[in-house]
Amino acid sequence: MSRIEKRFAELKRQQRKALIPYITAGDPQPDVTVPLLHALVDAGADLLEIGVPFSDPMADGPVIQAACERALAHHVTLHQVIEMVQAFRRKDADTPVILMGYLNPIEVWGYAAFAEAAAAAGVDGVLTVDMPPEEAVDLTAALRDRDIDTIYLLAPTSDVSRIRLVGESASGFLYYVSFKGVTGANRLDVASVAEKVGELRRHTDLPVGVGFGIRDAESAAAVAGIADAVVVGSVLVNRIAELADQPEAIAPALSDKLAELRTAIDAAG
Amino acid sequence: MVEQMYKAEQPETGALPDEAGHFGIYGGRFVAETLMPPLNELNDAYRKYLHDAEFMAELDSDLAHFVGRPSPLYFAQRLTEVAGGAQIYLKREDLNHTGAHKINNTVGQALLAQRMGKQRVIAETGAGQHGVASATVAARLGMECVVYMGEEDIRRQAINVYRMRLLGADVVAVGSGSKTLKDALNEALRDWVTNVDTTFYIIGTVAGPHPYPAMVRDFQAVIGREAKQQMLEMTGRLPDALVACVGGGSNAIGLFYPFINDAGVQLHGVEAAGDGIETGRHAAPLCAGKPGVLHGNRTYLMEDNDGQITETHSVSAGLDYPGVGPEHAWLKDTGRATYVAVTDTEALQAFHQLNLTEGILPALETSHALAYAVKLAATMSRDQSIVVNLSGRGDKDVYTVAALEGTEL
Repeated sequence: MSRIEKRFAELKRQQRKALIPYITAGDPQPDVTVPLLHALVDAGADLLEIGVPFSDPMADGPVIQAACERALAHHVTLHQVIEMVQAFRRKDADTPVILMGYLNPIEVWGYAAFAEAAAAAGVDGVLTVDMPPEEAVDLTAALRDRDIDTIYLLAPTSDVSRIRLVGESASGFLYYVSFKGVTGANRLDVASVAEKVGELRRHTDLPVGVGFGIRDAESAAAVAGIADAVVVGSVLVNRIAELADQPEAIAPALSDKLAELRTAIDAAG
Repeated sequence: MVEQMYKAEQPETGALPDEAGHFGIYGGRFVAETLMPPLNELNDAYRKYLHDAEFMAELDSDLAHFVGRPSPLYFAQRLTEVAGGAQIYLKREDLNHTGAHKINNTVGQALLAQRMGKQRVIAETGAGQHGVASATVAARLGMECVVYMGEEDIRRQAINVYRMRLLGADVVAVGSGSKTLKDALNEALRDWVTNVDTTFYIIGTVAGPHPYPAMVRDFQAVIGREAKQQMLEMTGRLPDALVACVGGGSNAIGLFYPFINDAGVQLHGVEAAGDGIETGRHAAPLCAGKPGVLHGNRTYLMEDNDGQITETHSVSAGLDYPGVGPEHAWLKDTGRATYVAVTDTEALQAFHQLNLTEGILPALETSHALAYAVKLAATMSRDQSIVVNLSGRGDKDVYTVAALEGTEL
């Protein structure tokens, strides 16, 4: 049983919903990331999603694009992101870690070599935004060989045939993108998310996480009432941007924000 | 006879791409899940209308009466004499409405958008030729049009920006990354994913996710079909070589594609060497890049060892792109086509040379093809022939050239 499966099983037993914060690795500077990951766990994160910086983050809005640019100014590479996970694992053997990013850095490294390094460092899941299941056969196989889950997106545009296709290729959990658009936009419509998540559940037994557009306690609580996991990204990354000049203030500020969301989610659950 | 020249008939080869859009290991569909259903829908519509007599008749009619096809094939006698070898023929895409080959594709995609019930079109543009061609067809069909363009390109292609605004398009400046074509493409994709229900994305080159590389090729293949027939009429035989510039590669594929099965015809694509390949400041992924994945397809890219896309440089905004259409990547690997690169300086020389020898003002993009064609002709015999795709006219570039040469206009 993978660390992700185990975590969702525990949460289910406790009748709790997962909180998954997203940060971009190396943002605003590399030494911030590992201590920040520990702080997020202490503040209530159940799983962690770590963005791998990419020069052309086509599915992301301006907030995460700027985070990639800040990290890339320090030349943060996929190899370094893997090292950060390794460093995180020295003190935390339990919290699942998911890498989220675009295909090209993995493509350049080579699927098998990347999967080996990621597994050795303690990565549990990989979400490659620009890799639909049709193109993912080889990468998914390489990751499965190393017991790493491949996380896929589903979207409001996904029909039944795509829900089935993605469901068959995915493991760990499904990530439902709450609206048509890029990360950080303010377009969350809880009723339509509820309807679509209901449809997903008719075709898959995997836990369903919902992300995009969750920005405060209210929206986090609403999504927690529908999904198994709540993913929060741009609202945290925006705080990092505001505090880029005072890196020591980032972990306390994000911890406060996460604790607020945690309370709201637990109250809703 | 002329009637048949611009017929948008079935593609001649048609073996590639496969169902999922692959040209060997290249091409495919690397996009976020939200865009997969609309890409399937687009592919279905495209396959359907490619075989629809009424649609194809409307396309043929627009190409004849709105674009002005067939474009002439012109024997460049004085340029041939200067080069001192093979006979050089120019396929005059610069004489199309809006001044470049780009309109062949936008006419086709706009008709498709109309059939699909989309009232809003978006486009990315580098030199502005595709933006102008998109704004033009949108104005004609009464559609809303938004064009994404890098800030750097807006600066160096001011005339085309103004033309787009005259045509009623909203030109959105893109200030992220290198502020050029690749960033405009990122922003157009973000718009599309947000407005996918109402919006048709008119991609301007043979790149992007399937079906764009095949669809844009099929709309541009009219160039090669005409050139083939015109060469047979004018010389009684096929040319020995074809030369075209390659940014994304749509004018090159348009010329090459109908000749792919004619083994005796060499295919030469010319990339932008910028300051020189050895300086690293260039835009020549086929000559100096590696395979990778960007903007929905696997192809040759300019990237660093960590898989980050690197910034490109070319005097020509239309070639200033770190990727290239996947069919070119496949033609390179199979050896069917060869790819070379020409520096900014050589392109500028060719720009002046064509003005002075033939009285034709070429685009800076096209000047790269001309520079190589003259070099190639010199290595060939006088009874051989070359067709160069004169892909666009250079009015848009006069300010750039004047500024480079210290002339104030």
